[in-house]
Amino acid sequence: MNHLAVWGGIAAVVIASTVGDVLQSRAMKEIGNPGLVRQSHGIVGVIRRVVTNARFMIGLAFMAVGFFCLLVTLSWGEVSIVGPASASLTFLANALVAHIYLKENVDRRRWMAALCVAGGVALLAR
Amino acid sequence: MTIRKYLVLSVVIVCAACGDVSLARGIRAFGAVTLANLPTLYIALFNPWIGLGILLLIGFFVSYLSALSWADLTYVLPATSLSYILMVLLAKFFLHEHVSFGRWVGVALIVTGVGFAASGPEATPGTHRHNRIETVYGPVGALGEAADSGVEP
Repeated sequence: MNHLAVWGGIAAVVIASTVGDVLQSRAMKEIGNPGLVRQSHGIVGVIRRVVTNARFMIGLAFMAVGFFCLLVTLSWGEVSIVGPASASLTFLANALVAHIYLKENVDRRRWMAALCVAGGVALLAR
Repeated sequence: MTIRKYLVLSVVIVCAACGDVSLARGIRAFGAVTLANLPTLYIALFNPWIGLGILLLIGFFVSYLSALSWADLTYVLPATSLSYILMVLLAKFFLHEHVSFGRWVGVALIVTGVGFAASGPEATPGTHRHNRIETVYGPVGALGEAADSGVEP
């Protein structure tokens, strides 16, 4: 498989994983702290709130798509490229999308955190 | 940040690392899984290490979702990346894998990143539902969380 296909696969992993993470984060912000929800609605109430949240379920589907894209891409390219590239780029994409879509305050400190962790993960996964 | 919140982040870190290592420990007993011996995966589910790994990863997912309910994604991801370090340590001392110099540099970079993330606030004000619940219902103060949001119960 050529480089273009491998990097296309990595892009698919990064996009699907990021969309999944961000949608689940948004869903949990809406649902609230499960411990507090359990106090007022019980454990069944927590589960019902989670599984009936459309964003949560779509996020879960995107995470599954990301996982299968990773498996397929791993069969196309070398693990030492696909693993580090997808993991570290997902960290950076999450920071960018969280700032734009979730309106999180991604200041210089959080960008430095994302860059350091992305670099560290890339080194660990090689 | 309350002790309860640090505890949730710790559970995310420990469950993620131990879950992955447990799965790795269990699957090694079955050798390489290919299309030719795919049913092996079903048999593997009954391996105690793989069962433990699945339970730990369920624990990871529940605590990860809990953390996302009161902290920003851009805080939770770097803060819980300590699991990668725990995974390296477990791989070295439990699975007896070789850990190269480059990987130790990676560990140092992650520790630096966690330091950056942990030195700031965990949530952007007004973006999490539980902040509003605290304002309306008050009893959250009994859990010591009202102080985090600066809201008087």
